[in-house]
Amino acid sequence: MPESAAASRTMTKADLVERVYDNVGFSKKEALELIDAVFETMREALERGEKIKVSGFGNFVVRQKSARRGRNPQTNESIVIEPRRVLTFKPSQVLKTAINGSLRAEDVPAAGPDDMFDEE
Amino acid sequence: MTKSELISLIATQRSLPRATAEEVVNLIFDGMKSALCHGERIEIRGFGSFRVRRYDGYVGRNPKTNSLIQVRPKVLPVFKVGKTLRRRVNGSSADTN
Repeated sequence: MPESAAASRTMTKADLVERVYDNVGFSKKEALELIDAVFETMREALERGEKIKVSGFGNFVVRQKSARRGRNPQTNESIVIEPRRVLTFKPSQVLKTAINGSLRAEDVPAAGPDDMFDEE
Repeated sequence: MTKSELISLIATQRSLPRATAEEVVNLIFDGMKSALCHGERIEIRGFGSFRVRRYDGYVGRNPKTNSLIQVRPKVLPVFKVGKTLRRRVNGSSADTN
């Protein structure tokens, strides 16, 4: 699938380690431990069903989904989708404005149904 | 939990001055914001991934005045939860998807 040049790079935890290492007086090992602690603390809150509000970035919200009828698209058989808790992200207005101020819509891939079938 | 509470928790957990924990947390979110502003994808193993997607413009209606308005194309960040976190949030040990 064609991807625009702008979308080719992926930021990972290693990039965040580099950032913390460059700006704060920590070793890379300490920086990694700290970053892991931040994400683990967030995961624990989400696991408890807590919402996380990060001003300037967005909110991570755990939502309860009720059971519903679905269909296996391969076999076409009707199945019951169990009630479950899912995590959603609601970007802040500040983040949306910043992104739209620095990227031109025509350079960004369109949202599409294949978005749902992406590997992590 | 707010960002401020997250900062306090990290400071306590790691025995750091609050200002240092605040700097680290801000570097993380500012870094992720900057990556998205450059059209980059973000992948944090065990947490999830972010990327930007274009949503085309359309003609909509202002629900208050009922007048037609042109909604311009926009770019939005999209988050996809990682497999392990999805399971943890749902309280399930096995991945049923």
